[in-house]
Amino acid sequence: MNCIVCIKQVPDAAEVKINPETNTLIREGVPSMINPFDVNAIEAAVQIREKLGGKVTVITMGPPQADAALREAVSMGADEGILISDKAFAGSDTWATSYTLSKAISKIGFDIILCGKQAIDGDTAQVGPEVAEFLDIPHVAFVKKIEEISEKSLVVHRHMDDGYDVVETPVPVLLTVTREINVPRLPSLKGKMAAKKAVIGKMDFAAIGAEEGKVGLKGSPTQVQNIFAPPVKGNRRMLEGPIEEQIKTLVDELRRLQCV
Amino acid sequence: MRIVIDKDKCTACGACIGSCPVSAIAMKDDKAVIDDFCNFCKACINACPEGAILEIKDEEAAPAADLSAYKGVWVFAEQREGKLVSVGLELLGEGRKLAEIRKAELCAVLLGATEAEAKELIAWGADKVYHAADPMLEKFNDEPYSQIFSLLINQYKPEIVLAGASALGRSFFPRVACKVNTGLTADCTALGIQEETGHLLQIRPAFGGNIMATILCPNDRPQMATVRPKVMKKGEYDAGRKGEIIKVPVSGLVSKTKVVEIVQESAEGIVNLHDVEVIVSGGRGLTDPKGFEMLKELAALLGGAVGASRAAVDEGWIPYRHQVGQTGKTVGPKIYIACGISGAVQHLVGMQSSDIIIAINKNPDAAIFSVATYGIVGDVYEVVPMLISKIKEVKG
Repeated sequence: MNCIVCIKQVPDAAEVKINPETNTLIREGVPSMINPFDVNAIEAAVQIREKLGGKVTVITMGPPQADAALREAVSMGADEGILISDKAFAGSDTWATSYTLSKAISKIGFDIILCGKQAIDGDTAQVGPEVAEFLDIPHVAFVKKIEEISEKSLVVHRHMDDGYDVVETPVPVLLTVTREINVPRLPSLKGKMAAKKAVIGKMDFAAIGAEEGKVGLKGSPTQVQNIFAPPVKGNRRMLEGPIEEQIKTLVDELRRLQCV
Repeated sequence: MRIVIDKDKCTACGACIGSCPVSAIAMKDDKAVIDDFCNFCKACINACPEGAILEIKDEEAAPAADLSAYKGVWVFAEQREGKLVSVGLELLGEGRKLAEIRKAELCAVLLGATEAEAKELIAWGADKVYHAADPMLEKFNDEPYSQIFSLLINQYKPEIVLAGASALGRSFFPRVACKVNTGLTADCTALGIQEETGHLLQIRPAFGGNIMATILCPNDRPQMATVRPKVMKKGEYDAGRKGEIIKVPVSGLVSKTKVVEIVQESAEGIVNLHDVEVIVSGGRGLTDPKGFEMLKELAALLGGAVGASRAAVDEGWIPYRHQVGQTGKTVGPKIYIACGISGAVQHLVGMQSSDIIIAINKNPDAAIFSVATYGIVGDVYEVVPMLISKIKEVKG
C-alpha cells in the first residue's frame, strides 16, 4: 500500500506573539514546523505501512526552506520526501494549490493520500477535498479513526458536528485526518540519521506537467483584496474591589444578557 | 499583480519583515527586498510606516465567462437525518440581504429530506427551493452531493452560492468549486457587496485569526463561500410566505463511499460547542480533572457547554472534542467564560470572536485578560463556587 502524505510548513503558533500596538502577528524569528494535523497524517501513513507494507512519500508545495519539514517527516518514518517548488506557484489559492498538488501526485502514483484536516495558518480545510476532486477519486474528510484497512478498502470514522459517521470507502482514496486519529511518535535516533542523509526529490512547474494559467496567482480564482486588524471588542475591564462585589457585578451582567 | 518596494522611501526599519506571513522579505544592502515566494497578501503594505511598499496591478485579467449570465443567491440548506440544520437558516437570513442588494432571488438547495422541510425553507425566507430527493442523498456522501450541486449550478447559473462551514459543508463544497471551476472562500464571518463592481466581499479570519482578510472572486462565477455557524442571524419565520418548490430530477448518482452508520453523540449529553450560547472553559489552572465537574455545574446553570484549552486536553483531563483553539474548535458564543486559562495565542484565536469574554485567572498578567470583557483576578476554586452559589441565589 503506497501512501502519499501532503504536508505544509507553517509558523510555530506557540511562538507567535501579537504586537499590541498594531494588533498584528509578529512572525519575525518564529520557527517553522510541520502543520500539527499533518503530523498525524504522517503517523497514520507510517502505521498503514507497518501493517500492509509499501512506501510512504511525503510531499509539500512551498519555498526551498520547506525542505526542513520534509526531513522532519523522514525522521518520523516516511521513506522519501519531495519538494514541489517553483516561483510560478507563488500566490496560489486553494484551487491552484490543489491543482498543482494533484498534478504532482499523478506523476508519483499512490493508493492512499493522507492530509491533515486543515493547515493552522490558512484554516481552509479545502485542499484535501479539492485534490481528490482533481484526481477524480473519493475522499473522506475529518477522519478520526481508521477502523479497518485492507488492500482494497477502508472503514473509517468521520467526525461530524453532532457525532461521527462510519464510512466505508474503496482504495484509492484521500483522507484528511484530525488530531484524534493517533498519537504521533517522536523521531527516533535512526530516523534523525535518515533525515540528515535523505535525498529530497524536487519537482518544478515543468516536472509536474501543469498547464500555464492554472498555477500561482494567475491560476487562482480568489484574490486577497485587503487585510485588516480585527475590530476590538467592546470595553475591557478588570473587575476590582472585594471578590463578593466582583461576583455580583458579573451576575448582574449575566442577568442583563438573559443568561440567568 | 506585483508588490514592489520604493527604495528611495525604504528606511530599512524592518516592519515589513515582521509582518510577512510567508517570510518572503529580507533586508539587503539596507533596503527591503521581496523574494519569489511572496504570497501577495499585502500585509507588508499596511505595515510599512513610510508608505514605501506598493501594489502594481497588471492589466486586468479578462473574466473567463460572461459574468452577467449569473444571477441569484443560493444557500445550501443542510439536513442531518431529515432535520434542517440551523446554519442553513442563518444563511437564508444573510442571503436575503445580499439578494436585495443584487435585486435577485434567494434560493435554497435541499438534498434529501422531504417536501415538509422544503416548505420550511420558504417560511425561513427562500423564494425558491431546489429539492432533490433520492435515497442516495439522505445520508451525506461527498460524491453524490457534489455531483448534483454542480449540475444545478451549471444549469441555473447562480451568482453567489453559500454553505455553512460545518463538517459537511467544508467537506463537499471544495469538490463543487472544483467541478464548476470557480473559487471558494472558507469560513467567512462577514459578507458584503462591493459597490462599484457588485462582487461579493468575503471576509474571513486569516493567519490564525489575528488578521481579517477580504477575499474576492472577480473573474469567475459563481462566487462560493462557506460561512461559520452562529455568525449570521436567521430571518423572520413566516409560515404564510409563498415560494416555489422545484423538484430536481435525480438519476445516475454514484458514490464510492458509503455511510454505514451515523453515531450521534449529542444525545449522550455531549453538546456541540457551535450550538450553545454559553461556553465555560477550563485550562491548566484547574490543576486537576475534578475542576471540570465544577465547570460542568456552572455551564449547566447557564444552559451552556464545557470547553477546554489544549493544555487541559493534553493533560488528559477532558476529551479532545471539548478543545477550543487553533487545533481544536473555533467558537463564537454569546458568553465565553475562561477559567484558569492563561490565553496562549493558539487558544485566543479559537474564542476571541465571542461576544462577551469573562476571564478568571490568578495571574493578573495572563494574556487572557487582553481579550476579556470582564476580568477577575483570583483562584478559580474560590471564584467559580461563589459564582455558582450567587447564580443559584438569583435564580431562587
